[in-house]
Amino acid sequence: MTSAVSIRDMVVIYNDFAALNHVSLDVGAGESFGIVGESGSGKSTLLRAISGLASFDQGTLTVNGRSYSGRHRDKAFYRTVQMVFQDPYGSLHPRQTVDRLLLEPLLIHGFDDIEARISRALDEVGLGSGFRFRYSHQLSGGQRQRIAIARALILEPKILLLDEPTSALDASIQAEILNLLEQARRDRNLTFVMVSHDLGVISHMCERLAVMRQGEVVETVPAKALEKREFSADYTRRLLVASEGFRRG
Amino acid sequence: MTTSGTPLLTVEDLRVTFPTRTGEVQAVRGVSFTLGRERLGIVGESGSGKSQTGRAIMGLTPPHAKIAARKLAFGDRDLLAMPKSERRELRGKKVAMILQDPKYSLNPVMTIGRQIVETLKTHEKVSTAEAKARALSMLEAVQIRDPERVFDLYPHEVSGGMGQRAMIAMMLVCGPELLIADEPTSALDVTVQLDVLSILDKLVAERGMGLIFISHDLRLVSSFCDRVIVMYAGKIVEELPSANLADAKHPYTRGLLNCLPTIGTDRHPLPVLDRKREWAL
Repeated sequence: MTSAVSIRDMVVIYNDFAALNHVSLDVGAGESFGIVGESGSGKSTLLRAISGLASFDQGTLTVNGRSYSGRHRDKAFYRTVQMVFQDPYGSLHPRQTVDRLLLEPLLIHGFDDIEARISRALDEVGLGSGFRFRYSHQLSGGQRQRIAIARALILEPKILLLDEPTSALDASIQAEILNLLEQARRDRNLTFVMVSHDLGVISHMCERLAVMRQGEVVETVPAKALEKREFSADYTRRLLVASEGFRRG
Repeated sequence: MTTSGTPLLTVEDLRVTFPTRTGEVQAVRGVSFTLGRERLGIVGESGSGKSQTGRAIMGLTPPHAKIAARKLAFGDRDLLAMPKSERRELRGKKVAMILQDPKYSLNPVMTIGRQIVETLKTHEKVSTAEAKARALSMLEAVQIRDPERVFDLYPHEVSGGMGQRAMIAMMLVCGPELLIADEPTSALDVTVQLDVLSILDKLVAERGMGLIFISHDLRLVSSFCDRVIVMYAGKIVEELPSANLADAKHPYTRGLLNCLPTIGTDRHPLPVLDRKREWAL
């Protein structure tokens, strides 16, 4: 399996705090890879370091065969890698219409056939052209997240970084968005790197997952191992127990 | 104060309406239930009116909203007829509420200890020394290991789980008879959630309070409460004992139960809710 994303000994330091402490990961092309952990475990920092939103101080990052360092990423990188954020309320420009939001990445990357691409992108996320000239405050949380996914997919990337894409949504809407993401992955043969605190979501969406704690990868296991409880770290067990809900006694 | 036979709380045909530029929005549309000294869960998605139901009971509905009910009574006292001052006396003393996120619901410029003491002194005639002693023992009761130290900390100096414990301590220090918990653990990390829930569970059981647990998480609520009310579009669509959750009849309840991805089930795609218009009628 060729690697879509390969990380070796990545270190991110904020002031004196090591947010990522020698993290190494390999995500195969076409794979769906999950990262779970609590707040402060470094899971979001890892995605931000890959995407260039945070600079990493040590280690190497290879995406689709090309190496990157610090926080500089070229245009080709963003054609390959796109990101969907947790909070659809905070990640869409409040004063731009959906049309404008989808247009901007197309202009930056010099795409042609803009009209068709925008309407196709809206259709793909199940919204239709009726939403094209709305502002994000005129949309529900689920619709906003669909727009965020459309914006990421419109550049035809190969890798999607998903930072808690459904944790701000209601359970029934979460199911819709997860189905949409899976459909997109199948249609486009995408690679997913998905961060979540919810083991249920990760085991549903991903083939393999890394458990993170305090800036380090505790262990990397196949998602099937969760079911059979074939993992070694005590912390993974605690997360699993917590995901099963409250028990009296 | 509740005589035998009178439930702790009676809600009959509660309606909460918000006037907006485009007409009235009915957040709660005729909700009725009674509560004894038991744990009742109210489940629903955003916009279902579950939080507004809790706030109406607490008396925290915004002043521009209209509130109406055939009966809204705490024991035998009519909550809607009583003067504001009496309502204020009740609030914090007899009826308390835990909010979702300690980051926003604790006063950021007051130490945790002072906030607890303030609650106590508002409702009871106690000396400063006694108030402090009771606040410390309450912090201990929510399993804060070093209460003396936490007493003097500001909310931003503690973790989310610790903040929520402080919040629980503050709400329980006056010994309320009814506790309303509105998504008390949704802002916390999964492993911390269980700790906070078991503390809450223990205190509610020990003190024999009535509890209304409001949440979007049907599974969590059913594992925590005796009875569950499911709300949709401002109305109760189903009420059932937690133990019989699997026998839920309403398609909305069944849909909510079904749409969660769980470990060990392989369902691709996940079943989604097919919202019927008649549910919202």
